[in-house]
Amino acid sequence: MSEVLLEAREVSKRFGGVKALTGVSLTIRRGEIYGLIGPNGAGKTTFFNCLTGLYVPDGGGFVFDGQPLQADAPQKAAVRGIARTFQNIRLFPEMTALENVMVGRHVRTCAGVLGAMLRTRATQLEEARIRRRAEELLYYVGIADRAGDLARNLSYGDQRRLEIARALATEPRLLCLDEPAAGMNGAETEALKGLIDGIRQDGITVLLIEHDMKLVMGLCDRLAVLDYGQKICEDVPAVVQKDKRVIEAYLGEVPEDA
Amino acid sequence: MRHPILRALLRLSRHKALLLLGGGAILLALPFVAMLGGQAWVRILDLAILYVFLALGLNIVVGFAGLLDLGYIAFYAVGAYTWALLASPHFGLHLPFWVILPIGALLACLFGVLLGAPTLRLRGDYLAIVTLGFGEIIRIFLNNLNAPVNITNGPQGITLIDPVKFGAFSFSSRTEIFGYTLVGPQKYYFLLLALCVLVVGINYRLQHSRIGRAWQAIREDEIAAKAVGIDTRNMKLLAFAMGASFGGIAGGIYAAMQGFVSPESFSLIESIMVLAMVVLGGMGHIPGVILGAVLLAVLPEALRFAVLPVQQALFGKVLVDPESLRMLIFGLALVLVMRFRPQGLWPSPERKRELLAGQEGRT
Repeated sequence: MSEVLLEAREVSKRFGGVKALTGVSLTIRRGEIYGLIGPNGAGKTTFFNCLTGLYVPDGGGFVFDGQPLQADAPQKAAVRGIARTFQNIRLFPEMTALENVMVGRHVRTCAGVLGAMLRTRATQLEEARIRRRAEELLYYVGIADRAGDLARNLSYGDQRRLEIARALATEPRLLCLDEPAAGMNGAETEALKGLIDGIRQDGITVLLIEHDMKLVMGLCDRLAVLDYGQKICEDVPAVVQKDKRVIEAYLGEVPEDA
Repeated sequence: MRHPILRALLRLSRHKALLLLGGGAILLALPFVAMLGGQAWVRILDLAILYVFLALGLNIVVGFAGLLDLGYIAFYAVGAYTWALLASPHFGLHLPFWVILPIGALLACLFGVLLGAPTLRLRGDYLAIVTLGFGEIIRIFLNNLNAPVNITNGPQGITLIDPVKFGAFSFSSRTEIFGYTLVGPQKYYFLLLALCVLVVGINYRLQHSRIGRAWQAIREDEIAAKAVGIDTRNMKLLAFAMGASFGGIAGGIYAAMQGFVSPESFSLIESIMVLAMVVLGGMGHIPGVILGAVLLAVLPEALRFAVLPVQQALFGKVLVDPESLRMLIFGLALVLVMRFRPQGLWPSPERKRELLAGQEGRT
């Protein structure tokens, strides 16, 4: 088992004349929390969408766990062990929190139509396992008491947690979080930090897009910075923070004598 | 060890058990009561149950998976013609029902996949238009497949179709039981009722399974469903196939019961009618769909009987042609229901909450 979990090779994506990603390469190691930052419109979410199969890259590709990732359909990425959350939360609003997580188990379970119609012993056992695992995950992310509520009725922070629980239900090896702290207050962000750290300790590699610099710098082992669809820097947080190009990307050009 | 069904019954509360027994007794007694008003009423009951069957099939596609299908009656037609061709003098074939019904269901299922496959990327309105076209194509094919080789006998339809038979027991003839003469429609009633109970069970189990959850997930957010690894293509095809095969079975029974099929029984209005049953009752909610189907199947017939005498009593003469007035009242009733109960007459608890919350948001 190699140390590298995901390798992006020269990933490019254009939308008409807009180059959203230009030859982005990066490597994510097993068990690390890897941050992807950059100003708005830098291509972070586009990169996520390419990785998880929502977009097909125009050039380049991914190697996941030593095998090329055929990222032409999102469900294939999920089967391979890549789970994600969305920047603008996408839950199943009319299903309960528990059911949302149970849907996440879909890809790791196998009951078919016949099993469901005949309600065989195997189906019943599997269904009980799905439910138990979903309950465990709700407890794990800290919203076990909301299990029976419709997803749409949860608070914003709880919806974010539920989305993470649903992603974890697919048994990912790489968990991609798209701005999980967006719209959270300080206390919620602090709790989220603990949650992400815990997920990593359970052996799941985390890829994190985030604007909250305190969270990113405190949590990530390594970072890549995107600007105008290109990777301008990839290193540990302490180095990235001092990188001249990164500071320019965020603050504009810095005068020589500053 | 007790039988599982008996155990399930014993677990129910006394209230529910009484409800179940009472409802069952009423359902069993219904054809005998209706017979007092004449055989026509028993036929109306038969058709009502047949529509329940159809509506439950369409509910899988529309209610569970959220795919708007305006050509559902095509599968009903496929089932009906399968039976008609395999059990009538038209080709001289007289296969038994346990051969034809599975063939009809499989064939309808195949057509369901044929319709589903090219429309997978379509949503909402676009899907509705394509399915509408598909339904019409099937009907027009049936209408015109009498030349150069006569397969469907064209607009004349196929007559003298065999009834459902268990050995020597035919469902179309009269039978004496305990001194009571059971007529054909009454026997079909019990056959349809038994099938319907089966379909309700299957529907319920599908809804509360891994498959049903996946359908609901696709209905609510297709991208999120894909992201958690649901193969939306296969799941949609499955919904189409399941719905279609129920339609096929219903069609087969219909052909056997009527003894006659022709393309005009499978027009667009029938598709719309079945869809209206699903929507009026409460999309995705099995008891609601059953209620919608029964109401919409029985109401026009009941109006047919009521319109004439009421006019006679009110005005002393018949002012408006009963047939047109009947559809007018029927349409008005539909509009009123949709205006004042957009969630359907008997929606699922979740759907009710959804609509109520939407109203709160507006005010």
